Amino acid sequence: MQSTFITNITGIRTALLSLMLFCLPAFAGVPTPDIPKGKGDKCVEETDFMRKNHMELILHQRDETVHRGIRTKKHSFKECINCHAVKDDDNVPVDFKNPKHFCNSCHTFAAVKIDCFECHASRPGNDKRGHGKTNDSAMSKH
Amino acid sequence: MAKIHYREIEGNSINYYILLGFFAVIIAIALAATYYMEHNGHHVTGMTNQIVWGVPHVFAVFLIVAASGALNVASIASVFGKTAYKPLAPLSGLVAIALLMGGLSVLVLDLGRPDRLIVAMTNYNFKSIFAWNIFLYNGFLVIVGVYLWMMMEHRMNKYSKAVGFAAFTWRLILTTGTGSIFGFLVARQSYDAAIMAPMFILMSFSFGMAIFILILMGSYAGTGRPLGTAVLSRLKNLLGVFVAAVLLIVAIFHLTNLYATEHHGFEQFILLNGGIYTFLFWGVQILLGSLIPLFLLYSPATRESALWITISCVLVITGGLAQMYGIIIGGQAFPLNMFPGFEVSSSFFDGVVNHYSPSMPEIALGVGGVAIALIMVTIGIKVLRFLPLSLDDAIVDPHYKPATEETAESEATA
Amino acid sequence: MSQTDDHTNNDQVDNGHVNNDHVNNYRRKFLGQLAAVTATGALGSGLVLNNFAQARPADEAVSSNVRYGLLIDTSKCGNGCDACVKACNDENGLQGFDRPETDAQWIRTVKLRDKSTNRTVSLPMMCQHCEFPPCVDVCPTGASFKRADGIVLVDKHLCIGCRYCMMACPYKARSFIHEELTGQVQGIPRGKGTVESCTLCVHRVDKGETPACVEACAKDGHKALIFGDLKDASSEIALRISKEASMQVRGDLKLNPGVRYQGI
Ligand code: SF4
Ligand code: SF4
Repeated sequence: MQSTFITNITGIRTALLSLMLFCLPAFAGVPTPDIPKGKGDKCVEETDFMRKNHMELILHQRDETVHRGIRTKKHSFKECINCHAVKDDDNVPVDFKNPKHFCNSCHTFAAVKIDCFECHASRPGNDKRGHGKTNDSAMSKH
Repeated sequence: MAKIHYREIEGNSINYYILLGFFAVIIAIALAATYYMEHNGHHVTGMTNQIVWGVPHVFAVFLIVAASGALNVASIASVFGKTAYKPLAPLSGLVAIALLMGGLSVLVLDLGRPDRLIVAMTNYNFKSIFAWNIFLYNGFLVIVGVYLWMMMEHRMNKYSKAVGFAAFTWRLILTTGTGSIFGFLVARQSYDAAIMAPMFILMSFSFGMAIFILILMGSYAGTGRPLGTAVLSRLKNLLGVFVAAVLLIVAIFHLTNLYATEHHGFEQFILLNGGIYTFLFWGVQILLGSLIPLFLLYSPATRESALWITISCVLVITGGLAQMYGIIIGGQAFPLNMFPGFEVSSSFFDGVVNHYSPSMPEIALGVGGVAIALIMVTIGIKVLRFLPLSLDDAIVDPHYKPATEETAESEATA
Repeated sequence: MSQTDDHTNNDQVDNGHVNNDHVNNYRRKFLGQLAAVTATGALGSGLVLNNFAQARPADEAVSSNVRYGLLIDTSKCGNGCDACVKACNDENGLQGFDRPETDAQWIRTVKLRDKSTNRTVSLPMMCQHCEFPPCVDVCPTGASFKRADGIVLVDKHLCIGCRYCMMACPYKARSFIHEELTGQVQGIPRGKGTVESCTLCVHRVDKGETPACVEACAKDGHKALIFGDLKDASSEIALRISKEASMQVRGDLKLNPGVRYQGI
């Protein structure tokens, strides 16, 4: 809706990325991404389709949610995160800083940088594990 | 009038490279400062949730406003047909483009998300004056570029007047747009005034002219090309008129504000008890930046001297920066009046004069914008024929009484 | 509560199915049956205040038949109480860095003292969700926008961090994020270099709940904040402002804020 131009760029990038993924068998001996499995039997769309198009779906849903308040769960970013959470040894979901994070497992390999998690929580739940203090401390000074 | 010969400067001297290197270092520092600011976030600057626009914006708006004014000389030549200014027109166009680029760079580098510039270029909110300005600035670059081409390409000379007129109109709209960025902020007592736009236009004449004179004198001194007093005295007289005009409109601005009761608080702040802002207004903007240069530009003792003209220009620029600081920062420092008749306090600095202390990275970024403009001019006059070989009186002034010796068309060395 | 719980904490992707109760509830309103019946019922019990019985189906876009707003009765606002501020910070994961000048504040308590009478008033101040929001007018990219239901938001995907909206807002309602953030709450994206402000807890409103500040204020027994649909003549907020005196801050600017105050 808003950002067709950006979507186009992403489109090109996604095409390249999927090309790389589909050519994987050709690179024998090259380390391949180890993509963790999500919860449940299958994803909301076919895996191949998702590999190529997940960004379009997320972008579309993003504008629908932000501007029109549509909050269906099928293509919701939050549900992606919930379903694809990767747990560490202590059974705590890892965040995007961890190379094992679901999105990292592919994006690091394909060297496609994403900035989603500069703002979005990269793991399920109300995450209060940040380094900031609660705001109240700052405000009580005045 | 003698035919004017334009020639690139040679630009091979040590001094030329030292100058380039100097600007390059300043730009490098500015880029490092930007990286530091963007990497850590703006909390390392003096800017806050109260003073949201800081020193970078002072420099950026100053440069953008001056850019429009720097085109004055070309406009006078082509639109008003004053042939004496014609030799200076190409340089005037170049300086205009360079100053605008410098200002815009600062503006962009200060964004919270400069990486999203593409978003700003592809998503326009046509209600936003800011978005219009993006359009106005790009248009300005194109029109002035075409104008330069018309002037510098012989075959195209015949169109230069028409394009010159377009450029003239465009830049007036552009400065109106820049002024309106502030003029439309109804929320703030300091800005909400229609007079902002004409004030910005006059400011642009004055700042642009001061910068133009400095660059002109600098490049002729540096290249050893002759620069006669005829050119200089015309320019400095114009500068004097512009400085006086700004003084006048500033007076009108404050007097009308004093007439409207709701603006008394802000007027008292700027004119009487605003601390640094009061000092900047009376001490720097009015005294140093307006009255003293006016005196220097017209006093018989100093008006002929290149040195005093230089000093006057520097003072006008200093005063201009102080004026911008007063408008941009002073306007934000003064508290918003949300509840008239009440004394207000909160954890978010309601009801208090907001504190601001500019940080080094911000200043470096602002100064970097100036360096970007200057390096563009320095390189520009080397690669293209912007500068007349000579601006000696005999060449420029139609009424000049020919002196005995001929002005030799000596190749200037830089 | 239980309705909404199973809505969010569902581990399985449910392919966009929406809770039927919600849908029916919502559609009933447009069928002409007054949702107010449920609302008044809920108010009586006090505890269910956070449901306002007009949840919109998840697949339906917001509509301009609704305009959300707040009514703030300052006479009920407890002196020194900051329950609403705490609730907001908690709900939206606002963190402080001990830097009051740059830390984000979506809602703040403002203390007023009448200069002529010395009477003091304390009130919460947040984005006023203007009908004619200057922040939206000035935003160059369209990142600041007003939803059809009157909630003013920042689309952080479009925000370039120019802060022009902060210059334009008459209420100092907006904060710029001055540092990298970590540990954001899921569903409340916030990050360095963008501008943000009160969202009227849009994520809760979309589920049919009231904003966190309103809930907290009621829980503390003050009930100084009422949330609701200004366009629904039978809603509590519309009924009250049609009968009682209320005002808009800087009403002279004619921005028609969705937040109204009483007792200033
Ligand atoms: S209160 Fe400020 S931020 Fe909120 S809608 Fe009005 S102008 Fe925009
Ligand atoms: S800071 Fe963001 S939301 Fe505010 S005016 Fe700029 S782009 Fe728009």
